[in-house]
Amino acid sequence: MSSEIAAAPLPRPARARSMRQRHRNQLVLRSALIAVALVFALFPVIWIVSAAFNPTSSLASQQLIPPNASTANFEELLNDPLHPIFVWIRNSVKVAAITALLAVFVTALTAYAFSRFRFRGRRSLLLTILLIQVFPNMLTIVALFLLLRQIGEYVPWLGLNTHGGLILVYLGAQMGINIWLMKGFFDSIPRDIDESAMVDGASHWQAFWRLIFPLVRPILAVVGILAFVGSYNEFILASVLLRSNENYTLMVGLYLFVTQTFAQSWGVFAAGAIIGAIPIAVIYILLQDQIVGGLTQGAVKG
Amino acid sequence: MGQTTIEARGRVSPLASIRTSLPAITLRFAGLALVDAIAVWLLLFLIRDRVWPLALGILAATLLVNAVNLTDRLYPLRWMSPAFSIIILLVLYPIVFTVYTAFTNYSDGHLLTKVQTIRRIGQDRFLPEGGQTYQWTGFRSEAGDLTLWLVSPEGQAFLARPGEPLQEAVLGQPGIGELDEHGIPTRLDGYTRLEIRDILPILDSELALLEFGEPPFTFKIKSIREAAQLQQRFVYDSSQDSITDQRAGTVYPADDKVGFFLSSASVPLNPGYQVTIGLDNFDRLLNSPALRGPFVQIFLWTIVFAFFSVFTTFALGLFVALLLNDPILPARRLIRTLLILPYAIPGIIGILIWRGMLNQHLGVITTNLVKLFGWAPGWFIDPFWSKVGILLVNLWLGSPYMMLICSGALQAIPGDIYEAADVDGASGWQKFWDITLPLLLVSVGPLLIASFTFNFNNFSVIYAYNEGRPPIPGTPTPAGYTDILISYTFRLAFETGRGADYAYAAAITIVIFIVVATITLLQYGFMGRWEEVSENV
Repeated sequence: MSSEIAAAPLPRPARARSMRQRHRNQLVLRSALIAVALVFALFPVIWIVSAAFNPTSSLASQQLIPPNASTANFEELLNDPLHPIFVWIRNSVKVAAITALLAVFVTALTAYAFSRFRFRGRRSLLLTILLIQVFPNMLTIVALFLLLRQIGEYVPWLGLNTHGGLILVYLGAQMGINIWLMKGFFDSIPRDIDESAMVDGASHWQAFWRLIFPLVRPILAVVGILAFVGSYNEFILASVLLRSNENYTLMVGLYLFVTQTFAQSWGVFAAGAIIGAIPIAVIYILLQDQIVGGLTQGAVKG
Repeated sequence: MGQTTIEARGRVSPLASIRTSLPAITLRFAGLALVDAIAVWLLLFLIRDRVWPLALGILAATLLVNAVNLTDRLYPLRWMSPAFSIIILLVLYPIVFTVYTAFTNYSDGHLLTKVQTIRRIGQDRFLPEGGQTYQWTGFRSEAGDLTLWLVSPEGQAFLARPGEPLQEAVLGQPGIGELDEHGIPTRLDGYTRLEIRDILPILDSELALLEFGEPPFTFKIKSIREAAQLQQRFVYDSSQDSITDQRAGTVYPADDKVGFFLSSASVPLNPGYQVTIGLDNFDRLLNSPALRGPFVQIFLWTIVFAFFSVFTTFALGLFVALLLNDPILPARRLIRTLLILPYAIPGIIGILIWRGMLNQHLGVITTNLVKLFGWAPGWFIDPFWSKVGILLVNLWLGSPYMMLICSGALQAIPGDIYEAADVDGASGWQKFWDITLPLLLVSVGPLLIASFTFNFNNFSVIYAYNEGRPPIPGTPTPAGYTDILISYTFRLAFETGRGADYAYAAAITIVIFIVVATITLLQYGFMGRWEEVSENV
């Protein structure tokens, strides 16, 4: 800024005033446009919150500020045996948490090896993983469906309509990109650390487990959270692979809820949507920088 | 032991520090043994059922795990074996299987292998017209279970129950009551004998429908006195590779081109079986007018959808990022956080909220448009406005992401470029078009292409908005105006109203593979990113 003033010819008072005027006008215009953007972004959110507290629960009777707001919809959620929303949330959390834990552990091992060892075929292996990852696994959805059906005949807890099978599919879906992400993080940790440890007689495993693993723990947490959110939000694979009400994840359950009884139970859906969305929204807002960083290097949100 | 060599390049040799402590080795071999035991157990079943592709996939993963754990030279891969097993089974195998399926006739009616089909067709039995007959007497238990006492022409007696193996009846055997003048027991243990008056009402409705005994030795009642052994109707002759209908005498030679046993009059035996049919699926895709029509239409919309999704989200995201890119703006951080909110909400929930707001009769947007203008678009019934609606929802979902990456990229543009432009007297527009946009595109360009490929397969938006509807009339397979390629293939496989056609769906998947791969290669090629990636590994 200072160099700009120095470089510009000395401003005459009148011109300075008009510039200030223009700047103020610009700020007003800017603020007005931002307000429009905020309305576009927030109106659906406000609308769904309002619906959740509207006791009449119908899509037709909704107003922006419900006249006699109550938590009736939330109470109805608790006592709806056809739409056990808390069972669905539990399923979602279970699937997402196990996926995230396994994904972090398995990818950390792989990424560490890619980062620390030099061996023949390492480069082509890394590039192959990147290439395979180009094909979204949703494309092979038919093959995955048939695969789980076949496995399920011999190992029932990994078959169709099981959380075990779904977790396996999610693990495969995220593996490649997570390996690349994490390898980048391992690369940023100086090799001297593990090398000096190994000079002192530590094995690779000890160097990894005792030294490197604690150092990258924050990064592992981010990868884990990304995996968690990704699995929690996933809809298509879950809706193909899960078949029964008590096994649905939240997204599948909410979708069916909406297609079955949309207009009448709008308020109840809204209440469920809010409960399901809040944890994820909080995670996103707290970790927005890391998530964007991770996504920029990897894929786009699903 | 304990010795570590540092290579000249300053890197630890992978082999140098493989420790051989006893517990570690024991643990490793115990784990390996467990994995192998499970794999062998699974393989035995798969081979028994001739599920070759899956058996090969599991075999490959198992061999890999064994190789890397038993060979010290492959030590680095040992760390990767869990990840690679998962990638082989859940990423590579499905891709290979999809490609293979595209060249077969895998669909409803052709689900089984040839061996399985011969077994299945061979289960059919029929009641021969002439031949040996048995005299029968019926018995019924309290619970209503039926048993037949059969007497062969040679005078031998048997007991036959549905679904149980035939039992030779020996007189004096426990459970068999005293015999009447014809040598037939008056009662069986737990069963009472059926008299003619009991039989007549249930003969056709119940008795004649039951098969007594266990396949392949089953009997059916022919008349009030006679029963006959059922015979296998379709017998496979491996020397001729044909099936003969024992009842009609028709011969059905196998036709491996179409996957059916076909008679000389071209009547097929159902079910058919799986065969590879070469490029037929692709031929249908390109040359069958009924299928090509919707395919081309859906293909074009997929491109339009992906392009406009990227374009609109990028335009809005960049615009908002520019608006916010002013340090004197108050509460910038808070505004940014609020603007991210649509992105932070799970996508499906966001789409469902929009579905409610756009609802044709009751949605807040629709009703207010009607109030203001007396008209509202058919967000879910009109082909054009459905597409607009989807792009609108996708704009809401996707623009915060674009805003975030654009703000990051804007801050990375060095300020002195703008100062130099100011000195040259450039206007705001000129600065945007000549400096901001080109520099921005360099850094976010690859992300825009990634976003294009993502939206090219953005199944969940299409499906959750309206399941691809409104339907395109008169298509041979279900297809909708808002379907994109991936949701179209999904319908071919799973919307089974007119029969699932996995093979045709797989052929379309390969078209998607090719498009996505081409775009990605172009991305790496143009952006020089491949070299960058290659150097950095």
